[in-house]
Amino acid sequence: MNVNQSAPPLPPFGQSQPVYPGYHPSSYGGQPGSTAPPTPYGAYNGPVPGYQQTPPPGVSRAPPSSEAPPASTAQAPSGQAAYGQFGQGDVQNGPSSTVQMQRFPGSQPFGSVPLAPVVSQPTVLQPYGPPPTSAQVTAQLAGMQISGAVAPALPPVGLGYGPPTSLASASGSFPNSGLYGSYPQGQAPPLSQAQGHLGAQPPQRSAPPQASSFTSPASGGPRMPSMTGPLLSGQGFGGPSLSQPNHVSSPPPQALPPGTQMTGPPGPPPPMHSSQQPGYQLQQNGSFGPARAPQPNYGSSYPGAPTFGSQPGPPQPLPPKRLDPDAIPSPIQVIEDDRNNRGSEPFVTGVRGQVPPLVTTNFLVKDQGNASPRYIRCTSYNIPCTSDMAKQAQVPLAAVIKPLARLPPEEASPYVVDHGESGPLRCNRCKAYMCPFMQFVEGGRRFQCCFCSCINDVPPQYFQHLDHTGKRVDAYDRPELSLGSYEFLATVDYCKNNKFPSPPAFIFMIDVSYNAIRSGLVRLLCEELKSLLDFLPREGGAEESAIRVGFVTYNKVLHFYNVKSSLAQPQMMVVSDVADMFVPLLDGFLVNVSESRAVITSLLDQIPEMFADTRETETVFAPVIQAGMEALKAAECAGKLFLFHTSLPIAEAPGKLKNRDDRKLINTDKEKTLFQPQTGAYQTLAKECVAQGCCVDLFLFPNQYVDVATLSVVPQLTGGSVYKYACFQVENDQERFLSDLRRDVQKVVGFDAVMRVRTSTGIRAVDFFGAFYMSNTTDVELAGLDGDKTVTVEFKHDDRLNEESGALLQCALLYTSCAGQRRLRIHNLALNCCTQLADLYRNCETDTLINYMAKFAYRGVLNSPVKTVRDTLITQCAQILACYRKNCASPSSAGQLILPECMKLLPVYLNCVLKSDVLQPGAEVTTDDRAYVRQLVTSMDVAETNVFFYPRLLPLTKSPIESATEPPAVRASEERLSNGDIYLLENGLNLFLWVGASVQQGVVQSLFSVSSFSQITSGLSVLPVLDNPLSKKVRSLIDSLRAQRSRYMKLIVVKQEDKLEMLFKHFLVEDKSLSGGASYVDFLCHMHKEIRQLLS
Amino acid sequence: MATYLEFIQQNEERDGVRFSWNVWPSSRLEATRMVVPLACLLTPLKERPDLPPVQYEPVLCSRTTCKAILNPLCQVDYRAKLWACNFCFQRNQFPPAYTGISEVNQPAELMPQFSTIEYVIQRGAQSPLIFLYVVDTCLEEDDLQALKESLQMSLSLLPPDALVGLITFGRMVQVHELSCEGISKSYVFRGTKDLTAKQIQDMLGLTKPAMPMQQARPGQPHEQPFVSSRFLQPVHKIDMNLTDLLGELQRDPWPVTQGKRPLRSTGVALSIAVGLLEGTFPNTGARIMLFTGGPPTQGPGMVVGDELKVPIRSWHDIEKDNARFMKKATKHYEMLANRTATNGHCIDIYACALDQTGLLEMKCCANLTGGHMVMGDSFNTSLFKQTFQRIFSKDFNGDFRMAFGATLEVKTSRELKVAGAIGPCVSLNVKGPCVSENELGVGGTSQWKICGLDPTSTLGIYFEVVNQHNAPVPQGGRGAIQFVTQYQHSSTQRRIRVTTIARNWADAQSQLRHIEAAFDQEAAAVLMARLGVFRAESEEGPDVLRWLDRQLIRLCQKFGQYNKEDPTSFRLSDSFSLYPQPVLLDSSSILAERILLMDTFFQIVIYLGETIAQWRKAGYQDMPEYENFKHLLQAPLDDAQEILQARFPMPRYINTEHGGSQARFLLSKVNPSQTHNNLYAWGQETGAPILTDDVSLQVFMDHLKKLAVSSAC
Repeated sequence: MNVNQSAPPLPPFGQSQPVYPGYHPSSYGGQPGSTAPPTPYGAYNGPVPGYQQTPPPGVSRAPPSSEAPPASTAQAPSGQAAYGQFGQGDVQNGPSSTVQMQRFPGSQPFGSVPLAPVVSQPTVLQPYGPPPTSAQVTAQLAGMQISGAVAPALPPVGLGYGPPTSLASASGSFPNSGLYGSYPQGQAPPLSQAQGHLGAQPPQRSAPPQASSFTSPASGGPRMPSMTGPLLSGQGFGGPSLSQPNHVSSPPPQALPPGTQMTGPPGPPPPMHSSQQPGYQLQQNGSFGPARAPQPNYGSSYPGAPTFGSQPGPPQPLPPKRLDPDAIPSPIQVIEDDRNNRGSEPFVTGVRGQVPPLVTTNFLVKDQGNASPRYIRCTSYNIPCTSDMAKQAQVPLAAVIKPLARLPPEEASPYVVDHGESGPLRCNRCKAYMCPFMQFVEGGRRFQCCFCSCINDVPPQYFQHLDHTGKRVDAYDRPELSLGSYEFLATVDYCKNNKFPSPPAFIFMIDVSYNAIRSGLVRLLCEELKSLLDFLPREGGAEESAIRVGFVTYNKVLHFYNVKSSLAQPQMMVVSDVADMFVPLLDGFLVNVSESRAVITSLLDQIPEMFADTRETETVFAPVIQAGMEALKAAECAGKLFLFHTSLPIAEAPGKLKNRDDRKLINTDKEKTLFQPQTGAYQTLAKECVAQGCCVDLFLFPNQYVDVATLSVVPQLTGGSVYKYACFQVENDQERFLSDLRRDVQKVVGFDAVMRVRTSTGIRAVDFFGAFYMSNTTDVELAGLDGDKTVTVEFKHDDRLNEESGALLQCALLYTSCAGQRRLRIHNLALNCCTQLADLYRNCETDTLINYMAKFAYRGVLNSPVKTVRDTLITQCAQILACYRKNCASPSSAGQLILPECMKLLPVYLNCVLKSDVLQPGAEVTTDDRAYVRQLVTSMDVAETNVFFYPRLLPLTKSPIESATEPPAVRASEERLSNGDIYLLENGLNLFLWVGASVQQGVVQSLFSVSSFSQITSGLSVLPVLDNPLSKKVRSLIDSLRAQRSRYMKLIVVKQEDKLEMLFKHFLVEDKSLSGGASYVDFLCHMHKEIRQLLS
Repeated sequence: MATYLEFIQQNEERDGVRFSWNVWPSSRLEATRMVVPLACLLTPLKERPDLPPVQYEPVLCSRTTCKAILNPLCQVDYRAKLWACNFCFQRNQFPPAYTGISEVNQPAELMPQFSTIEYVIQRGAQSPLIFLYVVDTCLEEDDLQALKESLQMSLSLLPPDALVGLITFGRMVQVHELSCEGISKSYVFRGTKDLTAKQIQDMLGLTKPAMPMQQARPGQPHEQPFVSSRFLQPVHKIDMNLTDLLGELQRDPWPVTQGKRPLRSTGVALSIAVGLLEGTFPNTGARIMLFTGGPPTQGPGMVVGDELKVPIRSWHDIEKDNARFMKKATKHYEMLANRTATNGHCIDIYACALDQTGLLEMKCCANLTGGHMVMGDSFNTSLFKQTFQRIFSKDFNGDFRMAFGATLEVKTSRELKVAGAIGPCVSLNVKGPCVSENELGVGGTSQWKICGLDPTSTLGIYFEVVNQHNAPVPQGGRGAIQFVTQYQHSSTQRRIRVTTIARNWADAQSQLRHIEAAFDQEAAAVLMARLGVFRAESEEGPDVLRWLDRQLIRLCQKFGQYNKEDPTSFRLSDSFSLYPQPVLLDSSSILAERILLMDTFFQIVIYLGETIAQWRKAGYQDMPEYENFKHLLQAPLDDAQEILQARFPMPRYINTEHGGSQARFLLSKVNPSQTHNNLYAWGQETGAPILTDDVSLQVFMDHLKKLAVSSAC
C-alpha cells in the first residue's frame, strides 16, 4: 500500500500526491517505529493456534465445494504463502485454506497445515464466517482477501475468525506481506510461519503472485498500516497484511505511517523491519522464492525490492520513490498462477456456481450439466439475491456467450438430439427447452420448469420412470437431461415459412475499381479463390460442401456472373441500375463448386484480365449488399456475402457516402458522430439482410478514409466480420489477407439464427452486445453466426432470487447449419445466489467483467463523449471496489487500497480499456481504425478482449532455446524490456518483434541472417527461414501465436530506438501512453483516490 | 377509258402516284360535291430501274417560303439563264454550274420524262445502317430455336458494314455487349421499371466518355463510336461472336409456375432499345426489330397480367372499356413510337404466337415509324422465316430495299392545299402557305417524317381545292404538286427524290364527264379505306361505318344514273362500277368440280372442290391419260408460288379441299350469297352455304341502290 502512496506523487493524481509524499516520508520515518509491530506479533501468536484448528473444518468444506484440486492448490498457496510467512498467516490460513479447500480437494492436505491460513482470504471467510463476529474481523478479512487474493474462496476465515479478533490481528500480520520476508525469518514466523509456510509454500506460487499482484511490497507496507490501524491488538500485522496483497492504502495519513511502517516497520520491530525491507524483496522474490522454486526469478528481476529496502531508513530519500510496479497486482502473475493451478485437471461442470479457470489457462472441460465456459462465461458465478445488493455492488451481471464456440479436439461437440416430429420438449409457459435442471414429478408424468415453475405434462413418448432420487432413469442416456450443451433437430415449425431451408450460399463480391486492380488485390483474390472453393465448410463427414457459390464484381455498377456448369464460358451480366438493385439471373448464379468448376476457374482467370485496364475509380456499396441479399432471397436460402471493397462509396447510388473524417471533432461532444453511421440506409439494409439470413463479411482495403463506421453497419448487424488492410500491397499483406480469408471462408457458420436467453424468475436479460440485430427486446437475430462471434448479455433483477435454487440461464440458438439443417443449440448454466456481498466478490471473473465493460463503453461512445464514457467506467470501477471495501474488507485505514482477490486486476485491465484507441486516441490513430476496433471488440470473447487490452509480451532470448514451452510472459511495460533481448508482443491483432539494441550478434545472425543490429530492416514482416534452433524456435512460436488467434497477425520487426518503436510502445499498456493514458501505477493511485472519496 | 387506265398505270409506274381524280374539279365547292376527296396514293420510293440517280444536288426556288425544286414544269429562259418557279412564280437564276444550259442541253430535271428524279447528296458523313434485334426469350424451345436460326441466318444477309446489336428480354432485359472476347457480357435491366433515355444511357455507360477519358487521352479520335460500339458492332467484325451468342441464347430461366404466363418485359425492352439508339445514333437509319412470342406481361407496356386465369382483353372488353392495361400500354408504346420517330429510327414487330400478343397496343410503334408488323403462329413457320428473310431482299442494283429517316415534303400550286397524310409517317409540324386548315389524316403540316420505308411504302395524301367557285381556274390550267422525299438510302447515301406532277382542272358542271372518266376507283377505294381506318382510331366503330355508308350512298347519288325511287333503274358507269363491291369471290363459286385460288393479300388459299379432291385422292393425276388433270391441279400451285415469291409480308399459304379444316379461311372471305338463311329459298344445288349473318353483296347492293335513288337521302 505504501507503494501506492508513493505512486501518488505522480503527476496525474496531484491531489493525492501531497498526501502520499507525506506518507512516505512520514511513514517511513516515523511509522516504522510507531507502528506496533510488537503487538502484532503477539497477536499472531495467539491466533495462530486457533487457526490451526480451524483448518480442518475448512477442509471438510472444501471437498464438497471444489472438485478441482489443482486449481485450489494454486490459489491457496499464494495466499498462504504470504500468510504463512507471517505466522499470523496461520490463522488466516486456516480460513483461507478452507477456501482453497473448497475449490480444491487437493488443498486439504495443505489444509491441515497452515495452508489454510495462507489462503488468507479473510473475505472468503466471512461468508463462511459462520460467525464473523466482529466487524473488524470482517474488515480484516476483507483486507485479507485483498492480500490473499485468494480471498474469494474463503470461508476459512470464518473458521479463523472464530477467534475473530485475534484472527484479525493475525491477518493483520499477514498483510504485512511486505513483512513476510521478515516474518519468516524472525518474529511471528515461528509459529504461524512454520505452518503457513509449509502449507502455503508448496502452493506458494500463488502466494507470490499475490505478493506481486499486491504490489506486495507496497501492499505489504500498507497492510502493515492498515493492519495496525484496524487491528486493535495486532494492528500492525493482521489487518494490513491481508489487505496489502491487493493494495495499497495510500491516503490515511495514519495508514501512511503504517505503510511506512511497512517500509518503516523495520524500525519498530527490528525483525519486522528487516523483514519488511527484505520483506519486500521477499515477498516479491524472496518470500516467495523460498516458497516456490519457480518464482525465484522475480526476486532477481525486481529491483523494486531493494529500493524499498533502502527506503525504510530514510524517509526522504525515498520520497521521489514511486509505487513499485512489482508491488502492484501483476496480470502475468495471476495468469501464471491460474495456469499452474488449474491447467492440469479438467474443469468439470457438474457443480453450480463454479468459477472456471481463466481464459488464459489451457484446460479441458467435462460437461456434467452446465455449459462449458467456452460457451458461456459470467462476470460472477454467484449472483446477489436482490437487486439492492446488486445495485450496491455495482458489479455488472453479465454472461459472455459464444454459442458456436469451437472446441479443442479432445472435447466432443454437442450431441444432436432428435425428438422426431413433435420437436424438442419445452415448457408450455416460458418455452424453455428440456434441460438437466427440469424437475420431474409425479413419478415422471410431469415436470416442473426450472425457469418459471410451471408444471407440464410429459408427453407419453417421452415418459420415463424416476429413480429413488427423483431422477429419470434415462437421465444419462439423454443429453438434454444430463449435459449443459446439446442440440435439437428442429422441426418444420422452426423454419421460415414453414419450409425446411435450402443449403446456404456464399457470394463473393469483388471490387474491381482502379484501386483494387492496381494493388493486385483482384488478381490475388481470384487466384486464391480457385483453390479455396474446395474448402467450403461442410457438415460432419460430408464429402462435399452443400454450400453453393456465386460471384459478383463491381465498381459503380455490378457484374453478375452466370457460371452454370453447362456453359462453355461464364457470362457476365451488368446491372447499372444501382438505385434499384435486383438480381439479373437465377439459374447459374449460385452453383455447386464441383459441378461448375471449369466455368468458375475460367471466370476467375478472366476477371483480372477483364478489368486490367479499368479507369473506374468510383464504387458503390449498399447496392452490392442489396444485390447479394436479393440473390439469396431469389434462391430462397440464407448465406454469406464476402465483400472485398477498397474505397469510400461516392458513386451516385443509395448508401452513397461523403468524406466526413474530421479529427477536430476528437474530444468534443460531436466526436460520437465519427462512430455513428452517416446515413440510416445501412441499418435499413441490414434489417432486410437479417430477415433473409444474409450475413455480410467485409474485407476492406482502403488507401484512405472509407468510413468504416458506416460500412461496418451491415456486417455488424448481420453477425458478419470486418477485416481491414490499410494500404494493401500484395507483397506485404498477401499472407495476412489470404490467411484471414481462408479462415473466414472455411469456418463453420450457422445462418438465419435467433438466440434467446431465458433465465430463472428473478433476473432477466436486459441488454445485449455483439454483432447482431434485435427487432424486439428479447430475441437476438443473427443472419450469420460463426464460432468466433460472441454475444455479451447483461442481466438485471426483476425480483428476488433464491439462494437455494440459484439462478439458471438457458441460451437457445436456433440456426441453419452449413448443410442446411435447422437446429437448436441449447446451453444451460446454473449459478449460485448469495445474500452476502462477499460471495459475489469472491466468485467474480475479472476478464469477463472487462469484456462486458469494454463493450459497454464502446457502445457508449456512440451516444456520449468519450470523456463521459471514461469517467463512467472509472466511477463504476471505483464503486465496485468501494463497495467491497466498505462491506467485505476488514476496516483498515483509509489509506489502504484493498482489492478483492478476484478483482485485483480490475484496475490494470480497466486502465487498458480506458486508454485504448477508441476511448483515448493518439494522434496516429485514424478515425477508421477507431471505428474498426470498436466494431471488433463488440463481438470479441473474453480471451480476445483479455489479450487485446493487455497484450502478451514474451521474451525470446531469456529462456534456453531448448525449452519447448512458450516462454513466460512479462508485463507490458518498457521497464521490462532489456536491450540485450528480443521480445514478441501480440494482442490478437498485432504482432511485434522487438529487438534490443545490444542483442548479441550471434542472435541477430541466427534470426535475421544479417551481421549486426544496424543491418536489421526495420518494419520487416517476415523472418528469414534459417536452419538454426533459435530461428526455428522463434518462427514456430510466431506460428503458434497466430494459430491461437482468429485473425492473422502480421509481424512487424521493431528495433529499439527506431521510429517504429513508437508504434510498439503504444502496446506497452502499463506505461503512460503518448495520448495521455495513465500508467498502471498512476491509475491505481487515482482509483484509490476515487474509492476513498466514495468511502468518505 | 382505256386511255385513262393507261394513263393511271403510266403515272403510277413513273411517279409512284395514283390520284383518286385525275382531272380536278376547279373549285372548292365542286370538289366537295365529288364525295371522294382529291387525294393521291404516293409511293415515294417506287422502284425505278430506269432511273439512275443524278450525282448532284437539286436547284431550289429562291423564295424562302417556297423552295420548290426545279422541275420539267418550270418555265425556263435559256438566254437569261432564268427559271420561273411553277408554284410561286418566282424567277430564279440558275446556279453557276448551269451556265451551259440551252434548249438542247438541258439538265435531266428539266426533261419531261424526269417528272420523277433522284439526287444523291454528297455532303455529310455517311453512317452505317443499324439493326438492333430485340428478342423475346420467353418462347417454347422450338420457337426459340427457329428464331435463333433465322437471326443467325440474317447476319449473312446484312450489309457487312451494318452495325448490329442484340437485346434479349424475358423477366429481365439484357443488352448484350458484342465486342468482348471470352466472357460474354450483357447489361441487365429490370423488366418492370421504366427508365428515361438519360438513365438508360447512363446505365449503359454511354454518356460519360467525354470528360475523364478524353482529358486523359486528348488525341483519341471518335470517342462516341468507340463507346457505343460495345453494343452495336459491324456485322463483319462480330458475326462469329454473335452467331455463337445467339446459339447460346437460353429460354428465360426464371421459373414460370403453373397457372402463370411467363413474365415478358416487352415494354421495357423496347424502351431500352429506343433509348440506346437515341443516345448513340440519333437521326441515323436504324431498325429496331422486335421478335416476340406473346403479350407483354409486366412493367410499362404490359397488356395482360401473368395470371393465366385472366384472359387477354377481347374486343368485347375493349368496347366495354374493360381492358385494364390497354390505355396505359398504348400510351407507353405511343411515347416510344414518337421518340423513335423523332430519332429517325424505325421499329419492326414480328409477333408469332397462337394467342394475341398485344399488337393492338403496340401497333403505333410500327405505324408511326414505318416499321413492319408481321404476325404469325410460330417462328418455326415459313411464313415468318421467309418474311423475315425478305426484309433483307435486294433490288436490281444490289441495294437493300429499305430506306430510312425520310422526310416527305409536299408543295402545291396555289389552287391546292394539303389537308393531310395517312400512312407510316408522323407530322413534322411544318406550317406553310400550302397547308390546309382542314385536316384529313395527319394534317396541319406540309412535311412528314417516314422513318422506315421500302419501295412499296405508300402514303395517302389528301388535298383540298381552295379555289372559290366564283374565281374559276382559267380554262386549260393545270394544278401542280411536288413531292420531295429526302432519305437515307440503304447504301447509306442521303438522297432526294423529287416527283412533280400536274393535272388538268375541269369545271365540274360543264365537264363532269371528264372528271368522271378520270376517276381511279381503285385508288379511291384505298384512300377512302384509309380515311375510314384513320377515323376508326379515334371514333366509335359504328360511327365510322355509318360515315363510310353515307359517303358511298352520296357517291352513288352523285355519279349513278337512275330514276328517282326506282332502284332497278340504277346504273354506275364503268369507272365506278367496282368501287362499291370489291368482293369478287362468291360462295356460289364453291362447287364440287372446281379448283379455287383465293388471294386476300394475307392469305392465299387453294381449294379443291369435293369431286376434284376425290379424284386427286384416287390418283387420277398420276395416270398418263389424265395428264390434263395433273396440269389442272398444278396450275393454282404455280400461281400461288408466283404470288408468294413477291409478296411482303409473306401470305399465309393454305392448300385445302372440300371439308378440310383449313377451308374456313375461304369460307370466311367469300361473298355469302348463300347462307343458312336463304339456302333453301334458292333451291339450287350450287355453291356452299356460308354460316353467317353478314349480308351478301347482293343484299348490300340492293339496299344501296334503294338508298341512292331515294329522294329522302
